[in-house]
Amino acid sequence: MIEVLRCGAMTSVQDLGRPGYRHLGVGHAGAMDCIAVRQANMILGNDPAAAVLEVSVAPLVLRFAEDTHVALTGTDFTASLSSTSGEHAQDVSVLPGHATPVRAGSILTLSRPTIPGAHCYVAVAGGIDVPLVLGSRSTDLSAGFGGLAGRTLAAGDQLPVGAVTGRCISSRHGVRSIRPIHILRALPGPDWDLFTAEAQDRLPKQPWRIRHQSNRMGLRLHGSSLPLRQPVELLSSGVMPGDVQVPPDGLPIVLANDAQTTGGYPRIASVIEADIWQLAHMPPSTSVFFRLVNREEAAAAMAQLQQYLTRLALTIATDVAGED
Amino acid sequence: MLFTFAPQEERAQPMPVPLSVQQRVWALSEWLTEHREEFRLREVVPGMGNLLVVANPASSLAPLTDAVLAQWPTVQPRPESGRTVEIPVQYGSGSGEDEGPDMALVAAHTGLSVAEIIRRHSETTYQAYCLGFQPGFGYLAGLDPSLATPRRDTPRVRTPSGSVAIGGNQTGIYPSTGPGGWQIIGRTSLVLFDPSRDSPSLLQPGDSVRFVPGGGA
Repeated sequence: MIEVLRCGAMTSVQDLGRPGYRHLGVGHAGAMDCIAVRQANMILGNDPAAAVLEVSVAPLVLRFAEDTHVALTGTDFTASLSSTSGEHAQDVSVLPGHATPVRAGSILTLSRPTIPGAHCYVAVAGGIDVPLVLGSRSTDLSAGFGGLAGRTLAAGDQLPVGAVTGRCISSRHGVRSIRPIHILRALPGPDWDLFTAEAQDRLPKQPWRIRHQSNRMGLRLHGSSLPLRQPVELLSSGVMPGDVQVPPDGLPIVLANDAQTTGGYPRIASVIEADIWQLAHMPPSTSVFFRLVNREEAAAAMAQLQQYLTRLALTIATDVAGED
Repeated sequence: MLFTFAPQEERAQPMPVPLSVQQRVWALSEWLTEHREEFRLREVVPGMGNLLVVANPASSLAPLTDAVLAQWPTVQPRPESGRTVEIPVQYGSGSGEDEGPDMALVAAHTGLSVAEIIRRHSETTYQAYCLGFQPGFGYLAGLDPSLATPRRDTPRVRTPSGSVAIGGNQTGIYPSTGPGGWQIIGRTSLVLFDPSRDSPSLLQPGDSVRFVPGGGA
């Protein structure tokens, strides 16, 4: 069991999401950066889909009831672990990307993100063991199910921890986070042709600033607006995280994990799956560029990402075996 | 990787989408769902007169697009489910202080009495075309055009779950509490979506829906 002693806004239990139910109106949910979740679970020897905590606002203070290991991935937070043995209180800083041993009774404090507003992941050996709902432990914050009672965490919450199934990597080694490059590769969207040539030209040429109203539902962008050839009323249709919708004000919104399943705004582009994780690390006031690619480039980018994950898993398996 | 199927001539049609078109969307959606493994599909999501298909990014899209384009012109329209879901509704009185806080506004906009709004809203049989927006929210076709009322200028921050509402020329039921821009005329106590049920969504595409006045809240 883990007890939440203090908690900033918007910390929630997430895993790799809840695909396959969009036809019922159920959104994807899940960690904004699923690469960071996979890394954290590999570091701890967990199932790839084990649930973790997604944190974007400090502080987060947790007390661990049992001996375990934790791993922090995603955006770096200043983190420390305090343990009391006898009369000696000990405070050590926690390195990101490592399997950090935690003694029963220790307190983990995440105090400051290096990039305010970006996401960090806290994983524990065995995973956060909330019940599976429609195949996932992710919190659906808008519908209010999954995760811990369908809501964000608050001080006083108790988080159940699952049984440990694998072995952590050795303390000598760590896994580096993949850094976002703030360039989102995108395919032309289903409604690309409805936009003026000027808009089509503008999308990949100008920097887009992330607005403050951005959240897990979508990133709202600011820049010179993207006009349509003529006003249109589209019928509601299914939409996906990564879709770039343009409401009548001409300012695009990149749909994220908690976006609703249907929409009616024209979609000028769709961010490729291999780059969607970057949305987790684009806090307000930072800028982003789009780069248009074709389907082959999108598939190649996904294959490359998959290859990185496969190689990482192999390296870690070798490291764990070497400990015997 | 995404592939949205929306034939141009159909997409340009103004609302409402004819039932015959939607029946072909259901049929194509059902056919694709049956062939989910073959085409390595992740999601098949019917919309209003369109269909979103999400395939595994590693697979080539050509067999899928060929199959969809071959199916669409010849697919047998899938009839409605034959199931009628009755939604008991406690309609608002027009006082603004009850289950239907926007009833007075809808009456003012439509020029109809509250009793007449309730009559026209509950005497129609609606078709659930598709689900979306929130888990279990049904896009219903068939609203009496005389009841059409524009959405609120500023969406409510909190629309209670079970709210029965009108937005433009559509009507629907909010399954969960959250922001909402439609005009609330009543409330039902039915649970529209429960992830622990075998079939989590009360409404399914193809269902008929009727609102029954009284006893809802």
